[in-house]
Amino acid sequence: MFQVILFNVTNGLIIGAFYVLMALGLSLILNLSNVINFAHGNFLALGGYLAFTLSPALGYWGALLVSPFITALIGLAVERLMIRRVYNRDPVYSLLLTFGFAFVMQDAARYIWGPNGLPLGLPEFLSQPISPTLFFITWYRVFMVGVVIVAVLGLFAFLRYTQVGIRIRAGTLDLETVASLGVNISLLRTFNFALGCLLAGLSGVLAAGQIGLNPNMGDDLLMPSFIAIIVGGVGSLIGTLFGGLLIGVAAALTTVFYPSASEAVIYAIMMIVLLVRPRGLMGEEGMMA
Amino acid sequence: MSAEIGTGATAGAIGTRRTPAVPKWVMLAVVWAILIAVPYWLPLLGGYTALAGRVLVFGLAAMGLNLLLGFTGVLSFGHAAYFGLGAYGAGLTLRYLAHSTPLAMLLGTLLGGLAGTLFGLLIVRRRGVYFAMCTIAFGQLWYYLAYSWNDFTGGFDGLRDFHREPIGFGPLTLDITDGGNKFYFFLLAVFALAVGLMGLLVRSPFGHTLRAIRENERRARFLAIPVERQIWLSFSISCFFTALAGTLYALLNNFADPLALHYSLSGYLVVMCVMGGMRTFWGPLVGAAVFVVLQDYISSMTVNWMSFVGAIFVIVVLFFPRGLLGMRRTRKSV
Repeated sequence: MFQVILFNVTNGLIIGAFYVLMALGLSLILNLSNVINFAHGNFLALGGYLAFTLSPALGYWGALLVSPFITALIGLAVERLMIRRVYNRDPVYSLLLTFGFAFVMQDAARYIWGPNGLPLGLPEFLSQPISPTLFFITWYRVFMVGVVIVAVLGLFAFLRYTQVGIRIRAGTLDLETVASLGVNISLLRTFNFALGCLLAGLSGVLAAGQIGLNPNMGDDLLMPSFIAIIVGGVGSLIGTLFGGLLIGVAAALTTVFYPSASEAVIYAIMMIVLLVRPRGLMGEEGMMA
Repeated sequence: MSAEIGTGATAGAIGTRRTPAVPKWVMLAVVWAILIAVPYWLPLLGGYTALAGRVLVFGLAAMGLNLLLGFTGVLSFGHAAYFGLGAYGAGLTLRYLAHSTPLAMLLGTLLGGLAGTLFGLLIVRRRGVYFAMCTIAFGQLWYYLAYSWNDFTGGFDGLRDFHREPIGFGPLTLDITDGGNKFYFFLLAVFALAVGLMGLLVRSPFGHTLRAIRENERRARFLAIPVERQIWLSFSISCFFTALAGTLYALLNNFADPLALHYSLSGYLVVMCVMGGMRTFWGPLVGAAVFVVLQDYISSMTVNWMSFVGAIFVIVVLFFPRGLLGMRRTRKSV
């Protein structure tokens, strides 16, 4: 029993780590630009597929490093060409735009890489279990969690210590004032969108090594990421971090006792949070409300 | 907030025009004449009557959503939940409870509408994209429920083994079980009743407070309009109409599937409103007609229909943000 629970908790933390990476990217874009990026799951799939295509040439490590940046570049182009046109309009337009674009991206992935699942080859030693007693934990899982921790710490350090990061945080609170202080908020939003896509691409490469690739691999992660943001509180990245881990572990633990409710439990958490603390666990008063 | 700015820019609400070029009753007569004559002209164009039935069903759902989206200025991206709950409510009633079409419609509408009413209480203070995100997430709850509760709902394959029943009016019986014109006229009659009710609502003082909230929420608040309560009522009413459309959907197909609950359908409903013109009363019906026919046509032509549907979304947003009827209206008012 202990091993089963341990297995599911580690599983939950790993799934939660994916939710966190994905939700942090969504949250960045939502906070600064007031846009829900429905295509975020498709940027995740794109990152994974790029790694699949690049890894014969660059090896796994090269692909792991390069494909998130290519994903970010594509995100940058998408933002410049389409999404920034709807910033000053009713939110319905940005939702419809990213929603429709998600369809196009998913179909494009199906067209280019085929509708069937593809595996992403991993270096030999990563597929080994870390010890005979903990046979269910491969080195790859440890490695994934490590990468996610580094990425999250890097993101928070970036937002805290660099000028661009400080501007992003300031823009989250009051974009008009930031603009009137002479910051080019159009570029800031573009950069911020690309940063969100970078995180999605990275989680895509990591997820591809664990669950393989298919055109709609991002869809299953999108909804939990929304819930992670709602539970954590819109406007708070730390909240998103804890929200993602919380629902990941909660879903995994429910799997032990009552498997068919593992999806329902994250919605139950969302409802409870909306009921007792409508602005989310760590949301600020007045933020986005 | 940006919602207010955006709605202000696209103002031009129904009822604000004083001198229409075509008298209103002529327009209405034309709309209803076209709808009533569908079984006679649609086959000539290569269509089939069931397609017109789908237009009516999705048109009603989109018009219900538009009470909230277009007339109150509140964005729900989760109306598929209430549509699907209506469909499942009707289907489950027919399958397990009683072989009665009116009862199925009543219970399905109540199920979807009450779910929306209760959830509305939780999120009525949220605005803009945050409101939208809560509605999406809540909608998916029902999708997963229908998906995983295999024994009761049929799971991924959907709910089968039920069919619409003849309706008795005292000594008379209306047999709508075959797929012919009788069922289309039944749909049209329900549609007409619902739309008539919507028209009354939009024209009522209540409807005017909704538009006041849409145009300027703060001002509405200063005028002592109970903003939260009105938005909640609007959300609730819109859920009831969409759920009613959902019950008709189940009757139309004799089938209810989890995809009727999926957030893609919410997106389709929103794009119908926007494509037809969400600031107009009839816009969502026009949008539904265009969307349903296009989707039917494209999915019969190519397997890559998703790209085309997605491209329709992008094109509508970037190039036709006011919708088909909205364009006509603005050109006239200039």
